[in-house]
Amino acid sequence: MSNLTDIIADIAQHLEPFRKDGAPITADTNIGRDLNVDSLAIMDLLMALEDKYNVSIPLNLVPDIQTVQDLARTVSQMKEAA
Amino acid sequence: MGLFDRFQTLIDAHARVTHEGADPFGVKMDRLVSSTEAIVNGRHTILAGTNNYLGLTFDDACIAAATEATQQLGTGTTGSRIANGSYGTHKHLEQALADFYGKKHGMVFTTGYQANLGVISTLAGPGDYLVIDADSHASIYDACRMTQATIIRFRHNDPADLDKRMARLAHEPGNKIIVVEGIYSMLGDQAPLKEFVAIKKKYDAYIVVDEAHSLGVLGENGRGLVESDGVEDDVDFVVGTFSKSLGAIGGFCVSNHDDFDVLRLVCRPYMFTASLPPSIVASVTKALEITRSRPDLRQRLWDNVDTLYDGLAAQGFTLGQQKGPVVAIYMPGTEAAIRFWQLLLEAGVYVNLALPPATPLGTALLRCSVCAAHSKEQLEKIVEVFTNLAYEFGLFEEPKRAVA
Repeated sequence: MSNLTDIIADIAQHLEPFRKDGAPITADTNIGRDLNVDSLAIMDLLMALEDKYNVSIPLNLVPDIQTVQDLARTVSQMKEAA
Repeated sequence: MGLFDRFQTLIDAHARVTHEGADPFGVKMDRLVSSTEAIVNGRHTILAGTNNYLGLTFDDACIAAATEATQQLGTGTTGSRIANGSYGTHKHLEQALADFYGKKHGMVFTTGYQANLGVISTLAGPGDYLVIDADSHASIYDACRMTQATIIRFRHNDPADLDKRMARLAHEPGNKIIVVEGIYSMLGDQAPLKEFVAIKKKYDAYIVVDEAHSLGVLGENGRGLVESDGVEDDVDFVVGTFSKSLGAIGGFCVSNHDDFDVLRLVCRPYMFTASLPPSIVASVTKALEITRSRPDLRQRLWDNVDTLYDGLAAQGFTLGQQKGPVVAIYMPGTEAAIRFWQLLLEAGVYVNLALPPATPLGTALLRCSVCAAHSKEQLEKIVEVFTNLAYEFGLFEEPKRAVA
C-alpha cells in the first residue's frame, strides 16, 4: 500500500518530461503553472495514475488539483475509498 | 491582472504562426464554386476539409426546399421551441428523424453542439455518473461540466478499460450513462460499439451514441454505426447533427424512452435559444429524404474514400488506421503541420489542421474529409499536391516515391 510520499515521488517521475528551466519537481510544484504541460497531457497523466493505482479519478476533481501534493492526495483518497 | 492576460501564451503562439503564412483559424472562403471547390485568396481551392460527406450543400432539391420555405414561412422563427418557435415543419422533421431511426421520439435542437449539451447535461443528475470516451468532442466535455454528475473518462475505444471503470461503480447508486461517438472527428476511427453495448447491458447502464460523423456515412441505410453494428435496439439515445451529411446546421436526439418528451420542459439548451429557421428545417428534411433514398451517394463516398486513402498510403504518408471519410495524416510536429498546411493552401488544397491539445496523444494532424461529390481528378490532385510538397518539405526522401 503506497504512502503519500511514494505517490508524490511517482507523480514527480511521470512529470519529468514537462520540467521547465530545470527546476526540480516537489510536492509543492504547481502542475499547470510551473510545468510545460497542457490540458491533454494532464488528463493523460491522470489516466496513467489511474491504471497504476487501479482507481478512477473523476474529472470533477481536476479543477481543485493544483500541486503535485494535491494530486497525490486525490489518488490516495480514491484508493482508500475503493 | 488584465482581462485576457491568461491567454498570452496562446496569443504569442498564434502571432508566430500568422507571421509565417496564412492563419489556419482565419481562412476566408471568398466564393463557393461547388461543394468541393472555393475561391480562397483569389485562388481556386479544392475543399478537402469540410464535413460535407454527401455533398448536399449544393443539391438542387435541398436549395429549392430552403428557398420555398423562406418565401412561405419567413427568414426565421424569432422564438424558442417552447414559445412561438415550433412550426409544423419542426415537428415534421422530428417525426421524420424518429421514423428514420425506427424510434418513438425525436427532438430537434438548433445546433449539434446544443444537442449534446442539452441531452447529456439533462440526463445526468447529482449522484449519477457520466462515463465518456477520452477522445470525446468538446461539446461532450462541456456538457459534462454543466452537470453535477461524476465524470469518469475511459481510454479511447477500449472496452476492457470501460469495463474496469464500470466495475468500480457497480455498487454505487445512481445512473451510469456511457457516452461514445460513431466516427471520431480527428482520426476517423469507429467505436467498438458492439462491445460497448455488451458492457452497458452487463452493468445495467445507459448509452448515448453521437453519430455526428457517421449519419449518412455508415450503415446500409445511412443510420450510422448503430445500424452497421446491429445494435439499434440496444442504444438508448442517438444524438447527431445536421451540419455534416445533411448539409446545414442543427442537432437532434432520438430515443424510445417513454419519458423522452420531458426533455422539452427541462433541457435548457433546447428551451433558452431560438429555433432553427424554416429554410434550414426544409433543406435538412429534404437531405434526410435523399440520405434514405440514395444509397448510391454513400457508395460514391466510399469509392472516393478508397481513392484518397489508398492514394496517400501508397505514397508513404502515415494515416489514421481506420479507412473512412475522415482521413488523418500524421505530421512530425506542430510547426511542421502548420507550415505544411500553409503550403497546401498556397497550392490550392484546403484541409483541416488539428493540433494538441485538441488531438489525441499530442499528435499534430492534417485532416482531410472526403465528399461524395469529389471527382476522381480532384482526389488524385490532392494526393499529387500532398506528395510533391512532402518531397519539397523534406518529409519524404527520394527513394519512397512510388512509380506512377
